[in-house]
Amino acid sequence: MHSVILATASRYLLALILMFSVFMLLRGHNEPGGGFVGGLVAAAAYALYFLANGLDAARLIFRFEPLRTSALGLFLALLSTLPSLVTGQPFMTAIWVDTGIAPIGKVGTPLLFDLGIYLLVLGITLTIIFSLAEEDGLS
Amino acid sequence: MLGLIATGFLASAMAPVLYKRYKENFGWIAVSFPLYMFFSFLSRYPRIAAGESLRESLPWVPSLGINFSFLLDGLSLTFALIITLVGAAVFLYAGAYMKGYKDAGKFYLSIGVFMTSMLGLVLADNMLLLFVFWELTSFSSYLLIGFNHHKESSRKSALQALLVTGGGGLALLAGILLLGSVTGTYEISSFYDMNRVITAHSLYPAIVALLLLGAFTKSAQFPFHFWLPNAMEAPTPVSAYLHSATMVKAGVYLIARLNHEIGGTPLWQDTVLVTGAVTMLFTATLAFRQTDLKKLLAYSTLAVLGTLVMLLGIGSELAIKAFFIYLIAHSLYKGTLFLVAGTIDHETGTRDIGKLGGLRKAMPVTAAAAALASFSMMGVIPLIGFIGKETVYKAILELDRWGLPLITAAVLANACVVMVTLLVGFRPFWGKAGETPKQAHEAPLKMLLGPALLAVLGLLIGLFPDFFISAMLEQSARSILSEELSLKIALWHGVNLVLILSFVTLLLGGLLYTLRPATLRHSFFSALPALIKPSSWYESALKGMLSFARLQTKTLQNGYLRNYSMVIVLAVLLSSSFALYKGYGKMPPVPDASITFYEAALGFIIIAATILLTTSTSRLKSVVSLGVLGFSIGIIFVIYGAPDVALTTFAIETLNVILFMLVLYRLPKFFNHSSSSNRIRDAVIAGSVGVFMTLVVLFSTSFELSSELKDYFASASLLEGKGRNVVNVILVDFRALDTLGEITVLAIAAIGVMTILKTGREGRA
Repeated sequence: MHSVILATASRYLLALILMFSVFMLLRGHNEPGGGFVGGLVAAAAYALYFLANGLDAARLIFRFEPLRTSALGLFLALLSTLPSLVTGQPFMTAIWVDTGIAPIGKVGTPLLFDLGIYLLVLGITLTIIFSLAEEDGLS
Repeated sequence: MLGLIATGFLASAMAPVLYKRYKENFGWIAVSFPLYMFFSFLSRYPRIAAGESLRESLPWVPSLGINFSFLLDGLSLTFALIITLVGAAVFLYAGAYMKGYKDAGKFYLSIGVFMTSMLGLVLADNMLLLFVFWELTSFSSYLLIGFNHHKESSRKSALQALLVTGGGGLALLAGILLLGSVTGTYEISSFYDMNRVITAHSLYPAIVALLLLGAFTKSAQFPFHFWLPNAMEAPTPVSAYLHSATMVKAGVYLIARLNHEIGGTPLWQDTVLVTGAVTMLFTATLAFRQTDLKKLLAYSTLAVLGTLVMLLGIGSELAIKAFFIYLIAHSLYKGTLFLVAGTIDHETGTRDIGKLGGLRKAMPVTAAAAALASFSMMGVIPLIGFIGKETVYKAILELDRWGLPLITAAVLANACVVMVTLLVGFRPFWGKAGETPKQAHEAPLKMLLGPALLAVLGLLIGLFPDFFISAMLEQSARSILSEELSLKIALWHGVNLVLILSFVTLLLGGLLYTLRPATLRHSFFSALPALIKPSSWYESALKGMLSFARLQTKTLQNGYLRNYSMVIVLAVLLSSSFALYKGYGKMPPVPDASITFYEAALGFIIIAATILLTTSTSRLKSVVSLGVLGFSIGIIFVIYGAPDVALTTFAIETLNVILFMLVLYRLPKFFNHSSSSNRIRDAVIAGSVGVFMTLVVLFSTSFELSSELKDYFASASLLEGKGRNVVNVILVDFRALDTLGEITVLAIAAIGVMTILKTGREGRA
């Protein structure tokens, strides 16, 4: 099943949906969204690309081993818990820094934590999809 | 002291790296580490001898009463000196002995961690800190017994030792927690004077039982003794160090340490006394049938551990004195003999006493060290072992009850020990040369220094007891008894009953040695030890546990997904419906709600999709209707104002459909597997769950919940969490620890999925 229209569209859609997923991640703190949904949306973007162009192309454009991506996500989430220990506060206390730059605003450890969730969910979903696809011989 | 312990762990961590760099000469580097510790403890000797006790404390988890607090008094100093001195001998020895092993660096890591934890154990003033070190010693012992992990027997013995001592460790932890709840503190020095309070408490018997269970398993008392002979699978330096001189004495140490605080009652004293005496006699007789050098030594170690426990049970001033002399004597001579056994094994390639003989010409220094240690072990004048045995006999004779049976048992046990000594310390070196796999040569210097040093020290202490150990002995006894004592020890007391008993012991030992070959052929004696065999209790307990696990897995986790979901759903249903039933009468009427057009339409779509899903004979249709179902539920979330949940649902449903599409082609042709009775059963279960959930929702929403949490999160979210999306702030800030746990589970699940898919493919290929 190879559709030229879908294959062409998916290239642009991938970029668009990925941007949307990052948007979801970043707005999560104030509006509906967050790392979990963001990660799922990003995974959906690659899933679409995979359906249109096949497994090898999808692996190529994702570049990383998905399981490593989730490991990195878990690591970032863990990393975000550490700064509180340095400042002597209870474990996992959120720490915020006001950058003072208008569009960025305050940046804090929960953002890093959420980024970790984002990468982890993305990695896990793609791990499962890619493994199943290999199993299927759909490449 | 905290510094010493920290240095110890750090040095152990560096060992593998340094070993790679220096290889051949690493033994000389490694020995500096226990020697340094030995001298730093020795430098504190004068202050302890003067009656001081040194205490250090650093808070760790102060809210739970756990601190890095250490106490150096007579008792802990004695143990610390033994640990570091024998450690020095063993570290040097291992430098040559472990040369042939591939992972010698790891060996030094494990044994270094062990030595440090053992020091921590005897120095700890906080019971929970003591427990941490206690477990660390069990753990490093596990690694060291299983060092030759390519052998199945090594792995099995390591696991056995770990399970027995680890199980005892759990009991110990429970005992410590109970003790803490009675005294209100975990610092040993804080409840030092609370003997009355503790012994009068209703929990006292439980505390005693649990603590002693921990101590008895660690120190291999009957009926837990069986793990120790099996632990001889470890490389010999480990046997010499952990399973003779130090770790197995941790239980004895614990009893001695707590004797003043919780002892003094008939319950404590009698339990300790009887267990020790039974262990002493029973294990000594078991040595009779052994032919392996290390096993022989292991059984005699068991007999000594029993004697030490028995002495603590007697608890008199003389008994405590005997305890310390015997403790020091045993560590010195048994350390030597184990190392000698290792040398023999290393040089000749066998440990079978039947094959060994006449080695004294090839290995004169080893033979001399062995002879010296053997004399001490047999209790021959003028070595420290002689003073030890004399004092033990004297302490028993002083008792007003059980004196006769105990002294008989002690003489018999010691006679067996004498027999073991003759077999291990003399027989390999004298007589005809045996047929050994390798031609014997004298061991290298590294393997001679340690045993020789320990053996000579045994002689020196025996000759000049006042100079070497008197002061320490007095302080040690004071830590246990808390009275002012004046202990005099001397080598010669004149001819009296005790001296006669010593001679009887030696004669009897010699007699046993000569009778041994004849009796071994006799079937009665060879069948005897099999009558009481606690190791078979262990085996059957282990087997029972495994078959229970298998049964449970077979019924609850049989590999069919439908079975899993049925078990889960039924468990929820059964466990919660009772509560629901009890509250049924109080259920308020269903609130009137006007149903909008959208809601009605959604409800209709959901019901239609469900019917199609369950009755369809096409998988594709089912998958699509499952998707419709999911999206409709997502819309419900939108209508009722839960945009976050709705977003996630939509994303999940989308991916779900993709995943289903991936596997759909692979599935075999659709076939209706379930019988109609099965389908009816499933329909009933599904229907009940539906009704149940409806009731739960109606029930829980009809109550006015106190909304403290809601208000708190709503107001704190922006102020403390710096975000307006309450759900997200809860997830990534207030309840971030939960989230962290959940995403960890997710990651593990992904690894699981991948593994299942990959292994499945290889299996089929």
